[in-house]
Amino acid sequence: MSETVKKRITDIGPPHYEKFLPPVIKANYGKWKYHEILQPGVMVHVSETNAKLFTVRAASPRLLSIDKIRKFADIADKFSDGFLRFTSRNNVEFLMTDETKIPPLIEDLRSIGHPVGGIGPAISNIVHTQGWVHCHSAATDASGVVKAIMDELIDDFTSMSLPGKLRIAFACCLNMCGAVHCSDIALLGVHRKLPEINHDMLPKTCEIPTLSASCPTAAIRPVTIDGKQTVEVLEEKCMFCANCFTVCPSMKLNNSEFDGLSIWVGGKVSNARTEPRFSKLAIPYLPNNPPRWPEAVEAVKNIVDVWKKNARNFERMGEWIDRIGWPKFFKLTDIPFQKEHIDDFKHAGLTYKTSTHLTQS
Amino acid sequence: MSEEVKTPKLDDLEKGPWPSFVSEIKTAAKTNKMAKDLLGQLEQSYEDKIGHWKHGGIVGVLGYGGGVIGRYSDLPDKFPNVSHFHTVRVNQPAGWYYTSDILRKLCDIWERHGSGLTNMHGSTGDMVLLGTTTDQLESTFQELTAIGFDLGGSGSAVRTPSCCCGQSRCEWACYDTMKLTYDITQHYQDELHRPAFPYKWKFKMSGCPNDCVASIARADISIIGTWRDDIQLVQDEVRNYSKAGLDINRDVVNNCPGKCMDWDGNNLAIENEYCVKCMHCINAMPKALSPGKDRGAAILIGSKAPIMQGAQLSSVLIPFVKLDDEESYKDLYEVFDAIIDLWCEEGKSRERIGEFIRRVGLANFVEAIGLEPTPEMVGAPRDNPYIFYQIEK
Ligand code: SF4
Ligand code: SF4
Ligand code: SF4
Ligand code: SF4
Repeated sequence: MSETVKKRITDIGPPHYEKFLPPVIKANYGKWKYHEILQPGVMVHVSETNAKLFTVRAASPRLLSIDKIRKFADIADKFSDGFLRFTSRNNVEFLMTDETKIPPLIEDLRSIGHPVGGIGPAISNIVHTQGWVHCHSAATDASGVVKAIMDELIDDFTSMSLPGKLRIAFACCLNMCGAVHCSDIALLGVHRKLPEINHDMLPKTCEIPTLSASCPTAAIRPVTIDGKQTVEVLEEKCMFCANCFTVCPSMKLNNSEFDGLSIWVGGKVSNARTEPRFSKLAIPYLPNNPPRWPEAVEAVKNIVDVWKKNARNFERMGEWIDRIGWPKFFKLTDIPFQKEHIDDFKHAGLTYKTSTHLTQS
Repeated sequence: MSEEVKTPKLDDLEKGPWPSFVSEIKTAAKTNKMAKDLLGQLEQSYEDKIGHWKHGGIVGVLGYGGGVIGRYSDLPDKFPNVSHFHTVRVNQPAGWYYTSDILRKLCDIWERHGSGLTNMHGSTGDMVLLGTTTDQLESTFQELTAIGFDLGGSGSAVRTPSCCCGQSRCEWACYDTMKLTYDITQHYQDELHRPAFPYKWKFKMSGCPNDCVASIARADISIIGTWRDDIQLVQDEVRNYSKAGLDINRDVVNNCPGKCMDWDGNNLAIENEYCVKCMHCINAMPKALSPGKDRGAAILIGSKAPIMQGAQLSSVLIPFVKLDDEESYKDLYEVFDAIIDLWCEEGKSRERIGEFIRRVGLANFVEAIGLEPTPEMVGAPRDNPYIFYQIEK
């Protein structure tokens, strides 16, 4: 390779997207008039010129082998003149102008294990993070839990019978790669044990002032142990956020027995009807139970089922809870309300109930 | 490959209707020893209920301070082929559009130099090439640039900007998200590849208030399309929705946050002056309604995940800008550059811009970058009387 590459190219940025747009998009860029969902996972966009663009959306586990990407490329050559894209929620979309090719495309996708769906009032995949596959911070795996949940919710991907959109997101630690904190249902990996401090390594691997400053609650104090400069953690101040571990490898929080995940509900990013808002704590802790995390799957399924049964048309999870109130949410879902549900960090007081608007039943 | 890895736990995740990441790893493992050891180590994690990756180290390509995430196994003796298993972030084309041809070229590069495993795509938007060794980084990089791709951002830098598909396919896009994203990415190449900021900095572009890329929740700068004039309305199509069974009063009018709609069974009236551009009625009746013609975007600032002082949503900085040409982009960059300069000067290490603003106060911040305070910036004026009055001399 070094022979063929004469001059090192840098700072070119990504290729221009125009190179990868199908002709129908180039011709109708900015001219789209409306769209219709034709069937689960299939929609048509119609332009001012009456041109039509058909999109077929298929499920993806996000983690893809080059073998599978090549298969997608072959399918794109066969049905969509080689044009395809990925969505912000990691699904794959084939972009076509010939409507008659939709059924055989769907068949081919199915035959390689990729169901079509995720458009309209449906669940559109679970955005997620690296987990045990590739991250050092992970309090739980991501791909495995997501796979187990999607196996359970598959009918809500391949059909459109939900009251509104359902956005589920997964992050394996509080760093939260991705916007999980504003999702209808967010699953969040949590640690629950104090950092295990490696006093031998710490002085060599970490700067103590940076380390102390990294703690949001000032729980980390410099100390000297056996003549070595190191730190201690004030137990009552630690909320297991692992920010210290991010800056210092000698503050290990990963724990095989006590790590697990928490579940948060009612957030959204869309401005439709109600303003964007954070998800709120529904379940403080569920254990890591690989390979299929039955407790987490069951909890998500239960919340989705109760929402499905009780929400009105267009009502997202949080809008539904707004209407019925949190006490009813906990009652209907049969989730116990615990000490952890009451905020005790900054601005906690803003979450206290300061009215008598109580359903009393 | 020699003997097969036994993975009884992971095998269970090959069952069921949803496509399986385990099958993907196994496919790669047939011909790639890194993928094979990844499979083995992951099974071990499922056994032990804990991750087996060590803290990342600093690795990269010459001249860049980011784009590669160092990753090392904590079981290097057992899984030597993932003892070094670094991630390469590749800046995706705006809107995540590809051709079969370019995907094959990318796959060929990754077949030669890495694990054969990818994420399409990472949370920030990059194409993620999962796992390779330090000695493969430079050749991977050179082959990528030879086909027109570059690395994405990491660390305390501009992170790879991303956007919704915007005007390429969506009739609701109020500005050209892909064009702006491409332009921003090119404009900030130096800041993207060479981390020199207090902390990370993300741009996310959504074409309308539906915000399909969640920019309001996770971008330091959220650029969200909106409009100023009247919603475009086709009465006949509204009637068609009604005939087709949509309960317009219950499902549309009563859900309008501006309380500015009226449906008398035949005509839909909108008091556009009070419409807050939420998109609901347009989402519900896409053939009948669409955003107005005087389109642009609102610029919001400061959202982030919890680390360190708690999660934040972006808040309004500029209620409306036109984004029709490169000139308008330049005006935006002037504002961004003023903000970035101030933050680089005054921000603490690992302090996102949103936390910086909370620390110094939005009013002081706005003043420092030369903007006037406007009522759009707040949900409500203050309710506490502890005011730091400053009597002009
Ligand atoms: S959420 Fe945390 S553990 Fe998961 S990939 Fe991101 S930093 Fe790693
Ligand atoms: S885990 Fe978080 S709260 Fe606990 S010591 Fe580390 S930084 Fe501080
Ligand atoms: S954010 Fe708006 S413009 Fe962009 S894809 Fe979503 S609905 Fe369309
Ligand atoms: S966009 Fe929202 S606020 Fe405006 S009229 Fe429609 S529903 Fe009402």
